[in-house]
Amino acid sequence: MKSFTPIAIVIAGLAAVPLLVHSNVVLNFFVVALMIALAGQGWNILGGYGGQYSFGHAIFFGSGAYVTAILQVKYGVNAWPAFGCGIIAGAVAGTAVGWLAFRAGLRGSYFALVTLAFAEVLRIVASVAPITGAGVGTLVKLDLSFASLQFESRAAFYWLILALVSVALIVTWAIERSRFGAWLTAVRENEEAARALGVDAVAVKIGAMVISGAITAAAGCFYVQYFLFVDSHIAYGAWISIEALLTPIIGGAGTIFGPLIGALVVKALGEAALVVTGEAPGLDLVVFGVVLIVVVGFAPRGIGGLRTTLLTKIKRGLGGGTAEVRRG
Amino acid sequence: MAKPLLDLRGVARRFGGLIAVSGVSMSVREGSITALIGPNGAGKTTMFSLISGFLKPSEGQIYYDGREVTGEPAYKLARRGIGRTFQIVQPFAGLTVRENICVGSYLRCRQRAAANAAAEKVAREVGLETLLDAPADTLTVAGRKRLELAKALATEPKLLLLDEVLAGLNPSEIRDIIPVIRGLRDRGITILMIEHVMQAVMSLAEHVFVLAEGRLIAEGAPAEVAGSPIVIEAYLGHGAAKRLARTP
Ligand SMILES: Nc1ncnc2c1ncn2[C@@H]1O[C@H](COP(=O)(O)OP(=O)(O)OP(=O)(O)O)[C@@H](O)[C@H]1O
Ligand SMILES: [Mg+2]
Repeated sequence: MKSFTPIAIVIAGLAAVPLLVHSNVVLNFFVVALMIALAGQGWNILGGYGGQYSFGHAIFFGSGAYVTAILQVKYGVNAWPAFGCGIIAGAVAGTAVGWLAFRAGLRGSYFALVTLAFAEVLRIVASVAPITGAGVGTLVKLDLSFASLQFESRAAFYWLILALVSVALIVTWAIERSRFGAWLTAVRENEEAARALGVDAVAVKIGAMVISGAITAAAGCFYVQYFLFVDSHIAYGAWISIEALLTPIIGGAGTIFGPLIGALVVKALGEAALVVTGEAPGLDLVVFGVVLIVVVGFAPRGIGGLRTTLLTKIKRGLGGGTAEVRRG
Repeated sequence: MAKPLLDLRGVARRFGGLIAVSGVSMSVREGSITALIGPNGAGKTTMFSLISGFLKPSEGQIYYDGREVTGEPAYKLARRGIGRTFQIVQPFAGLTVRENICVGSYLRCRQRAAANAAAEKVAREVGLETLLDAPADTLTVAGRKRLELAKALATEPKLLLLDEVLAGLNPSEIRDIIPVIRGLRDRGITILMIEHVMQAVMSLAEHVFVLAEGRLIAEGAPAEVAGSPIVIEAYLGHGAAKRLARTP
């Protein structure tokens, strides 16, 4: 994306939501959707732009969440620096996992499986380690004040998560326009060719994982401040790995707005399904599955890329071209 | 005589039991166009992979620009100025021509505007300027070959390794691209090219190395090498030189 204007418009539009909507139910919906979007924005840097599909972004979400919670509860650190440390923890985890996986030359499904395995190991460790509260989890003390980064009003939380999503949008936009971004997409498209052009593919992928980890960790930090509770299933469970992975793919992997569109669409459909059928458990996953099948089948560039997909189809239909639609 | 830009000493490469390259010593003069020819499976592409750091030699040393670079990774050698094209073209298929070339030009230009400008300059040089915004996967074979060349050129190489850039092109396309390659040499880029199109080798190269079954079997000026019985036999089989000599 060349111009910054669409990003500014989207941020401004979203910022106005609490001024128009006062229902806590609706605001809560948006807060959760934006939190998932943020986790997906992290995944999108590594997976969408770098082509490295992680199945274990819970590693970062969980590390951010636990560091934020434990620093406050066990060490009495103020919530603001604790939040910052949570984001740093995500970056550190990204460095560690990236260093291990990419230096070992893991690609494709091997990389995906290793990230999945890391997340599982962390989940199991967190479910027994005393510092995480083991099976009981960690509860952050309720203290509704700005200093404790807890807010009485949903709108304040909404603006906080929107601010984080906005920063991630801007970071993504800057990456797209940078040398690092060009090298990252080059690695996605053809790693050999990229290396021949002087790209240190391992360093580029580790760099992407650091940024990716930090952003997804921020979603975990926010989770703790919003729900004031975390346990091993929430932090390192498969649910967040799946949501961080599927929302960008559904919305359009490797695009600036992909994760945001995906999160809003999927969450909205999930809510609608709950209303229609009554609160059947696991229905959100069914919705995920159906949306994913439809998107992969009919819109390989995701919902955000629908226009391009259709244009290409029409053009190729008219021109009788043979080249296939490549990727989302 | 100019100093060698590239110097190989006793380079060998094995794949398991297969010896793809064996004891090759050769040097490429700075500012020259040098050709590497040989029958299919001779080990030519393997040589390029060794020189450009995609493979590590099993034996021997490689010197480039006065220092030993044996075993350095590909991206470092690219930064030192060794550019290569791939025999099987390797475009960034989902990106436009401009974005493809920019990946290369970012190596020397940190800023986006400068990288773009450099990419456009390279596109003009190889004749891709009208296709800058086309997706790479819509290019014709000739277009893809030009793009392969453009990407490598965008890294501002001192030594350019061209692996069969003329293969698959028709005679008029070959005629179009030969002056481009000569132009590169004229502006100071040393070129080592693998080529099966003998017409191009004869008209471009000053010096030719002949590889067969992983060994260097001949070298010299193009005309000399083309007439050499050893080379003819390597291509056409044992006794071929004699049979050719008998035909009136
Ligand atoms: N990565 C590899 N693993 C195993 N064997 C290989 C590998 N790369 C090349 N070879 C083998 O090494 C030999 C030389 O191959 P190479 O591609 O270098 O030949 P070439 O001279 O470039 O041939 P062509 O003219 O067909 O391109 C062949 O027998 C090939 O099968
Ligand atoms: Mg070859």
